[in-house]
Amino acid sequence: MSGDKAPVFHVDGSRTAPTDWTSDAMRKRIAKRYAAERRFKYLGLAAVVLSASFLVFLLWVMVGNGISGFQRTEVRLDVDFPALTGGAQAASLTGPQAGTAAASMDLPGVVSVAIEAEYGDSGAQIFSPGAWQIVRKKLLAEPSLIAAKRTLWLPASSELDIAMKESGNAKTEALLADLRGKNLVRTGFNDTFLTGSDATDPAQAGIWSAFKGSLMTMLVTVLLAFPIGVLAALYLEEYAPKNRWTDLIEVSINNLAAVPSIIFGLLGLVVFLNWMHLPRSAAIVGGLTLALMTMPIIVIAGRNAIKSVPPSIREAALGIGASPVQVVFHHVLPLALPGILTGTIIGMARALGETAPLLLIGMRAFIPTAPGGLTDPSTVLPVQIYLWSDEVNRGFVEKTSAAIIVLLLFLLTMNALAIYLRNKFETRW
Amino acid sequence: MAGAGLLFLVLGLGLIAWITGRARASAFVHGNRHGHRSNLNSLPSYHGWYLALFAVVPALLFLAVWSSIVPALQTDMVLSAPEAASLPTDGFTRASILSEARAIAHGTQDTAFQPQAGQFVPLYRAAIAHYNWIAGAATVLLVFAGGAYAFTRLKPDFRARTKVERVVMAALLLASLIAIVTTVGIVASLIFETVRFFQMVNPLEFLFGTTWNPQSTVTPGGDNGFGAIPLFWGTVFIGAIIAMIVAIPLGLMSAVYLTQYARPAVRKWMKPILEILAGVPTVVYGYFAALTIAPALRDFAATIGIPGASSESALAAGIVMGVMIIPFVSSMADDSIAAVPGAMRDGSLAMGSTKSETIKKVLIPAALPGVVGGVLLAVSRAIGETMIVVMAAGLTANMTANPFASVTTVTVQIVQLLTGDQEFDSPKTLAAFALGLVLFIVTLLLNLVALRVVKRYREAYE
Repeated sequence: MSGDKAPVFHVDGSRTAPTDWTSDAMRKRIAKRYAAERRFKYLGLAAVVLSASFLVFLLWVMVGNGISGFQRTEVRLDVDFPALTGGAQAASLTGPQAGTAAASMDLPGVVSVAIEAEYGDSGAQIFSPGAWQIVRKKLLAEPSLIAAKRTLWLPASSELDIAMKESGNAKTEALLADLRGKNLVRTGFNDTFLTGSDATDPAQAGIWSAFKGSLMTMLVTVLLAFPIGVLAALYLEEYAPKNRWTDLIEVSINNLAAVPSIIFGLLGLVVFLNWMHLPRSAAIVGGLTLALMTMPIIVIAGRNAIKSVPPSIREAALGIGASPVQVVFHHVLPLALPGILTGTIIGMARALGETAPLLLIGMRAFIPTAPGGLTDPSTVLPVQIYLWSDEVNRGFVEKTSAAIIVLLLFLLTMNALAIYLRNKFETRW
Repeated sequence: MAGAGLLFLVLGLGLIAWITGRARASAFVHGNRHGHRSNLNSLPSYHGWYLALFAVVPALLFLAVWSSIVPALQTDMVLSAPEAASLPTDGFTRASILSEARAIAHGTQDTAFQPQAGQFVPLYRAAIAHYNWIAGAATVLLVFAGGAYAFTRLKPDFRARTKVERVVMAALLLASLIAIVTTVGIVASLIFETVRFFQMVNPLEFLFGTTWNPQSTVTPGGDNGFGAIPLFWGTVFIGAIIAMIVAIPLGLMSAVYLTQYARPAVRKWMKPILEILAGVPTVVYGYFAALTIAPALRDFAATIGIPGASSESALAAGIVMGVMIIPFVSSMADDSIAAVPGAMRDGSLAMGSTKSETIKKVLIPAALPGVVGGVLLAVSRAIGETMIVVMAAGLTANMTANPFASVTTVTVQIVQLLTGDQEFDSPKTLAAFALGLVLFIVTLLLNLVALRVVKRYREAYE
């Protein structure tokens, strides 16, 4: 190219010398442009890496803080059951009266006497005040324990637990070193965290009641939002005439999908609690509120899924004599269902992580027992996380992060299910 | 639980009605005892549905209406008893005694806190039993009446399918009307409470006042600490300024890199990974901001000597919120860039410009309206975000541009005003609804503008 220096002719008749690509100035210019190109590319890469590393950092912090929430420090205790319970029989701990029998044994007293016998005055600092509940549970599960002197591993107090996992004050550290020296302390799996309810002592706090509350709330939400959302999507996509009313419906749905979630909390507070007098803090109110929030998401996902069913299917069904309702319910809906389900699961995952609207309808109460029904006071996992994050006790830091791990795992499962459904059943027409 | 029992009874009877109707229609086909055979207009199952609908729907409607009026009827019955004369005349005490007695009679409460409630428990039990009987009898009667009427109409040439399909269409229409009802519900409840608020507090003070320190009692005409300007500033500062400074460059550059430079395998993996950021619950971000980012920023500010650094800072909340918004901006930018016609890109490349020059001088300017629309949507989402700011931004209403200081936002104050003990007559509680209304209107406008911008831009290239 650079060999023959043919002049360049322009439209206006002028002539200029051709570009000399080998000249220093030109080479410099090209090098500069290529450098800018590389810089730009690395800038883009940096943006992606930075965003992704933020996610990794967040997960790292949560897992790092939370993993110890699934563990607890346990201290050895010898309990001489026959002496302390006055020779109670194993048979009394079986059958329907077992709970009453266990209550009549004064287990808190039994355990505290055993603690004092073995550890003296410092015992109260060593064991969790809820240690007797573990004893009770063990006895009910295995009544024969009561017949002899047993060695049990019981949860340590919150201070000792923190000292074991991180570091405590000098006194607790000394206590811990002493227990360690005598081999009286170990780390075990904290099943209380998964089966227990909210408590003021982090050693006894668990997420089961919040988890159950979440499940009940989600049940109400899906039972309401799914049918209504699917029916509305079918109507709008398949039957709705084009007029002002259907436009209004469409605009409302699109706006509802963009309304901040806290506004739904205000709606729930005024309509469900103040006007309809439904019970405060109940799973049913939470479910209703979240259903209103999730419904537009399901409608929008549903409409996209229905839209992607090719018209030839509808025409074929109409052609062999199906009525418009039969066309939709026999052909379009089954074909669109995987897409609708994917959208529903994603909407439900969003509702599961939602906190703000539930705070407003009072689901932030202290719930020491798992809710029994839809109208019982209950809380949900994200709200429990919020409540624990406000606790001053250092023991709640790991509990909060551990609850976050559970919540994230649950969300991950739901999203994985949605992706699986989409990949397995999605038909490309 | 009488209500649930009745519900299941109705549904069970409905199932029987369905089976009966279906069997009846089949009998038409297979001939009756006279040996007549006839062709059906509709499939037997439609006859079944017709019968079931007639049996169930009136009964369910009756139950719905009944459950809303029956508490009043029960209370009337209790009050008509001679014991009611001993009730105090004060309306509030009276209502609390009665509601306690009702709760005990229903079994939702174990012991009475008010001594007088005890004597009304048996009365309530009797009233509940009385009206349960009436409800049960009326429901069963309705089921059979509806079923019998429908049964007499079943004939071989009866157009059961048309009738059933009409009901299906009505159900579809009702379901889509729920969206309008919800919107109306939101607007009505917000406006209703806001009007009550403005009867106590001057709207001008609320919209233009600069001190936020809400009090439970107000003096008309005076400054009552309901000036929301600091809240609006805090919301804009965190959601529209700090968060966007984080989200726009990161989101836009991620979208550019993933669509223009990354190999397909990288794109396939990185896009979903970035989208996880949008799926993490906000309470997790809030905790993360409060636990990790905020203390680090406070220490940093203290080291470089910035005054007013607080452990709850606008910057911590804003950065984390920006990260949450990244996938949102990125996917909007992705869509807009993809919508730019390929000819423009190819033309630029053919003229000898490098990839980055094409992106900077052709693709992004062409996609700009779409990107701007996406950013507006992102802002509307950011200012409505609650948990991150509740946990990381603080409660003090400061009018400051210092990102290390604590500011508060509209959503934080809504949560703050509405949790804890509530009295619905207090201006402090009602202020939350006024804030909610402002938030609703602003997000609505942002969305409308953004959608219009995006739509116009799409039309330009179609």
